[in-house]
Amino acid sequence: MALQSLDIIRRSATTIRAPDARGAHTGEVAKLIDVTKCIGCKACQIACMEWNDLRDEIGTCSGSYTNPADLSDQSWTLMRFTEYENDKGDLEWLIRKDGCMHCADPGCLKACPAPGAIVQYANGIVDFVEENCIGCGYCVAGCPFNVPRISKKDKKAYKCTLCSDRVAVGLEPACVKACPTGAIVFGSKDDMQQHAAERIEDLKSRGFDQAGMYDPAGVGGTHVMYVLHHADKPELYAGLPKDPHISPMVRLWKGVTKPLAALALLGAAAAGFLHYVGVGPNETTEEDEKAARRELEKQS
Amino acid sequence: MNKQTADSVNASTGQIVRYAPSTRITHWLVAISFVLLALSGLAMFYPPLFGLSSLFGGGDTMRAVHPWIGVFMVVVFLVLAGKLHRHMRIQQRDRQWLRQIKDVTANREENLPEVGRYNAGQKLVYLVALLSLIVLLFTGLEIWRAYFTAYFPIDITRFAALLHAFFAFVLMLTIIVHIYAAIWVKGSVRAMTRGTVSYGWAWKHHRAWFRDVTKGSLK
Repeated sequence: MALQSLDIIRRSATTIRAPDARGAHTGEVAKLIDVTKCIGCKACQIACMEWNDLRDEIGTCSGSYTNPADLSDQSWTLMRFTEYENDKGDLEWLIRKDGCMHCADPGCLKACPAPGAIVQYANGIVDFVEENCIGCGYCVAGCPFNVPRISKKDKKAYKCTLCSDRVAVGLEPACVKACPTGAIVFGSKDDMQQHAAERIEDLKSRGFDQAGMYDPAGVGGTHVMYVLHHADKPELYAGLPKDPHISPMVRLWKGVTKPLAALALLGAAAAGFLHYVGVGPNETTEEDEKAARRELEKQS
Repeated sequence: MNKQTADSVNASTGQIVRYAPSTRITHWLVAISFVLLALSGLAMFYPPLFGLSSLFGGGDTMRAVHPWIGVFMVVVFLVLAGKLHRHMRIQQRDRQWLRQIKDVTANREENLPEVGRYNAGQKLVYLVALLSLIVLLFTGLEIWRAYFTAYFPIDITRFAALLHAFFAFVLMLTIIVHIYAAIWVKGSVRAMTRGTVSYGWAWKHHRAWFRDVTKGSLK
């Protein structure tokens, strides 16, 4: 990746050390999405399309305001609309802007077998580098949030970049810039957490006892965070997982099995070599040929 | 005329046909497919070996051809299995052979029970390969993103990827044993390349089979 202003701290399927001399003294960035302030205007979706030059196919109405129906290689962010009837019988329209969460411990990066196809910058952004992508889809299996999408056109994986190109030159992500209500804000992770705390205090004073921040520890925290009115029930928001973590199956597949399997295969080959050197081959001798002939004569 | 039929005996040359040409060809088609699959599979499983993808013209070509080679391998293996399967049942004498595995590795074949067309080790290699290939086929189809993955829940895909890697490992380990056995027991490679073994080889390693195929050959 050519963006020298963005130090890579983790690179998929790579054994050489990532350049970590400089550190991230200015801290990690985060985007805070305040679901309680969102009016569902989709300006963020349009801004994302414009900045990233994306054009999804025109779909059909699925009976919901969610449009397009799902994230895709051409739709990196999506407002998901949920109609929720609360305990008092009132309707709440929950609108969550879905997209990559930029996990501190990214399952996609862990699962990726192509060197450098997924990178994590010191500022916390997780980026796909499509020219290194081989299109295997392992990132899809690795992601706890069901975010990456494989393009049918070039068979490569796409998702929200958190506008890494804009952030690298000191701009905020396109969706943040476009948001008319200030529901999406961007800054250092510390600032965003502080801002969220203020918002949560305000929400609690208005009767949202369970208001809270969504920055799940199971993936080491995320660099896209939410303020939710019902932080105790994140599933309400179009299935936002309550306790996301990298699946144990992915951990096993991409963890200890790799060195163990390599050792076992090398061990088996070495055992064969040592057996050949130590015990020697099993050869058929002239004696065996004679014995075989004797047996045939007995038969006849 | 030099037609080779399996188990036919040529008394003048002292050779027995162990593998007919069709068996040899299918074996080597499976073997070549296996090597290609193992190289590409290791490249996708083990990051330090990703460089092997250059052998396939790059990562995305490798990702695209791997499943097709896999399907080809399974189909050809099934043809091979059709020829071998009936010989591969584990019998009482095979259990005894396995109990005496130390005599096997120490080349003390005279202590072992008589062996038929295949010994217990060969039968196990075949059976493990058959099982592995069945699992690899179905898990491989599941994680074949171009065609099938979208029809399954994500946890099934994760499980399939894990199982696919595990059984690929089991198969590779088994094939390492298989290849070493062929290097170790001299005359085996010739049997699979030229088709024939000597009387002495058959008598030494597969005596029950030797008796069976030579019955009446010296009339």
